[in-house]
Amino acid sequence: MPGILPYIVRRLLWAPFVLLAVTLATFALGRFGPGDPIEVLQGQYNNPEVVERIRQERGLDDPFLNQYGRYMWDALHGELGTSSTYLGVAVEDIIFEKLWVTVQYNLLALIIIFAIGLPAGIWAALRRGTWQDPLTISVLLLFRSLPVLVTIPILQYILAIKLGWLPSGGWDEREILGLKLGIFDKRIIMPLLVLSLPGIAGVARLMRAQTLEVLDQDFVRTARAKGLQEFVVVSRHVARNALLPMTTIVGFALVGLLGGSLFVESLFGIPGIGQFVWKAVLNYDYDVMMAVTLITATAFILVNLVTDIAYGFIDPRVRLGGRGGG
Amino acid sequence: MVRAEAALEEPLAEARPRWGATALGRLLRNRLAVVCLAIIAVVYLAGILAPWVAPYAYDDQNLDNTYAGTSWSHPLGTDELGRDMLSRVIWAAQTTVVISAAVILTGGLALGVGLGLLAGYAGGRVDNLIMRVADAFFALPDILLLLLITATVRPRVEKLFEGQIAHWPVLGPIVDAGGPDYFLVFGALAFFGWVGIARVIRSQVLSLRESEYVLAARAMGASLWRVLGRHLLPNVTNLIVVSITFSLGAVAGTEIMLTWLGIGVQPPHPSFGAMIFNGSGLSTLRNHPNLLLVPAAVVGLLLFAFNLLGDALTDVLSPRRR
Repeated sequence: MPGILPYIVRRLLWAPFVLLAVTLATFALGRFGPGDPIEVLQGQYNNPEVVERIRQERGLDDPFLNQYGRYMWDALHGELGTSSTYLGVAVEDIIFEKLWVTVQYNLLALIIIFAIGLPAGIWAALRRGTWQDPLTISVLLLFRSLPVLVTIPILQYILAIKLGWLPSGGWDEREILGLKLGIFDKRIIMPLLVLSLPGIAGVARLMRAQTLEVLDQDFVRTARAKGLQEFVVVSRHVARNALLPMTTIVGFALVGLLGGSLFVESLFGIPGIGQFVWKAVLNYDYDVMMAVTLITATAFILVNLVTDIAYGFIDPRVRLGGRGGG
Repeated sequence: MVRAEAALEEPLAEARPRWGATALGRLLRNRLAVVCLAIIAVVYLAGILAPWVAPYAYDDQNLDNTYAGTSWSHPLGTDELGRDMLSRVIWAAQTTVVISAAVILTGGLALGVGLGLLAGYAGGRVDNLIMRVADAFFALPDILLLLLITATVRPRVEKLFEGQIAHWPVLGPIVDAGGPDYFLVFGALAFFGWVGIARVIRSQVLSLRESEYVLAARAMGASLWRVLGRHLLPNVTNLIVVSITFSLGAVAGTEIMLTWLGIGVQPPHPSFGAMIFNGSGLSTLRNHPNLLLVPAAVVGLLLFAFNLLGDALTDVLSPRRR
C-alpha cells in the first residue's frame, strides 16, 4: 500500500502536540485558577505558616513551566499527584478503579448502539417510500433531540416511581472470573437506556443515509439483475459497502458516551470517573482534574488515531487527502 | 466578447430569485416542516414578547399557593415558591432566545463561517492551523473543558463583573439582571460552537475554490474579499442555513447542561435548564412531577422541531439528495 506509511507517521507526529496543548491548558487553568488547593486542604482556620511550608515542600512556588515539566515527568512515571479531597491518597491508586466502572458500562452501551443502530438504519433505508421509514427516523430523531438531563429524570419518574420496575439508581458489583462487574445488575438498565438511545438514533440515521447511497450504485442493480436473493444482495453487497464509513464514527460515539457519563453517573449514583471528576471540580481538586484530563485526552487521541489509520487502510482517498485523487 | 457577456448576464439574472422561491416553496409544501416552523415561532415569539405575554413576572412569589395544580389563574400550576409555571416557561424561552442569538451571531456566523471560509480558501498553513485547533476541540469531550471552565473561570468572571462593570452607568443594571451568567453561558457556547460549522463550510469551499467561476473571478483580478463575499459565501448559504438550524437546537440543549454544571443562568432568573434541574430531584419528582414535565415537554418539543426542520431543510436545499 503506497502512501499509508507517511499518513500514519503524519498522524502519529501530530498526536503529542494535541496532548501537550490540552495538558498545558488544563495545568494552567488549575495553577492560575481560584481556590488554592493547600488552603482547601488545611480548612477554614488554617495557619498561614503551615500553608506556606506545604506549598514550598510541594514546589508550588516554582515557576509555572517547572511545575508543569515536573508534573508531566512524574505522570510519565505513573505518578499522578495526590488528591486533596481523598486525603493523602495518590490519584493513581484510585482513578483506575473509577475508570474501570465507567469503561465497562460504556463499552456495553457502545455495543448496544451499533448492534441495534446498524440494522435499524439498513431496515429504514430498505423501507424508503413507505410510512415505516419516516416514522422510524422521526422516533429516533426524537430520542436524539432530548438531552440526557431531560431523559434521566423522566425515565426515573416513569420506570422507578410510577411503575416501580427498576431502582432509581445505584451500582452493585459482582465478582465474575476475578473481575468486578456491575453490568449484570438491573440497576444498570436505566443508565444503559439513557446512554444508548441517542447513540442508536445517530448511528441508525447515518447508516440509513449510507445505505441509500449504496442502493443507488450500479453493482447493486447488477447483483439484483443476476438473480441473487434479496438477503444476499443486502448483506453482501449493500451492508458491507455502507459499513465502511461507519468505522470513523466509533471514536466520536465513544466521546459522546463518556461526555454523557458525567450526568448519568451523578444522577444515578454510579461511582465512576464522571462522578469522581465532578466531585473534584466542586472541591478544586486540581490533581484529580489534571489526571482525568490527561487520561481521557490520551484515550481520545489514541481512539481517533486508530480510527483514522484504520480508515486510511480501508479507503485510499483519505490518506491521499486531496493531493492525488478527489 | 460583447455577445458572450450578454449571454452570461441573462441566466444569472434569472437564477437569483429562484433560490428563495423554490426552496421556500418546497419547504412549505412539507407539512411536517411547517408544523416545526410554527412550534419554533411560537416559542421564540413568546420569549421575545415575554414582558407583554407572560401573565406574571418570573419572580412573582405567592407562598400561600405553592405546588398548585392547573387552574384558570395558573394554567400550568405553580412551583415550590408559588411562582406561575406558564410565566416561568415564557421567561425561560426569553433566556433561550437571547443566548441562542448571541451564540449563533458570534460563534456560529462570525467565527464558524469566517474561519471555515478562510481555512478552505487560503489552504496551506492557515488551513492546517485552523483545522488542527478544530480537531483538538472535536476530539475532547466538551463537558471536560466546560467542567474546567466551571471550576476556574467562573469565579473570576463574576469578580470582574461585580468589581468593575457593576459600577458602569449602562452595564451596571445588566449585571444586576444576571449579566455575568448570560455572558458565561454565551462565552462557553460560542467557544465550542464554531467547530462544526467551520468544518462543513471549509470542506465545501475546498471544492468550490477549484471551480471555474472562482478561477475566472481571480483571473479577472477580483480581490480576496470579493471572491469570498461575492462568489464563495453565496454558494455556501445553503449549508449555513442548515447548520444554523441544527445549532439553534443544540444551543438550547446545551444550556440545560451548563446550568446543571453551574455555569448556567442563576436563580431567580428562569431558564429551561434551571427549571428542569429544579424539578428533577427524586422527592419533587414523586410528589410534583409537573415541575419537571412542563419545562421538559417544551424543551423536548423545541429541540425535536429544530432537528426535524434541519432534516427537511437539508432535503430541500441540497440538490444531490433529491
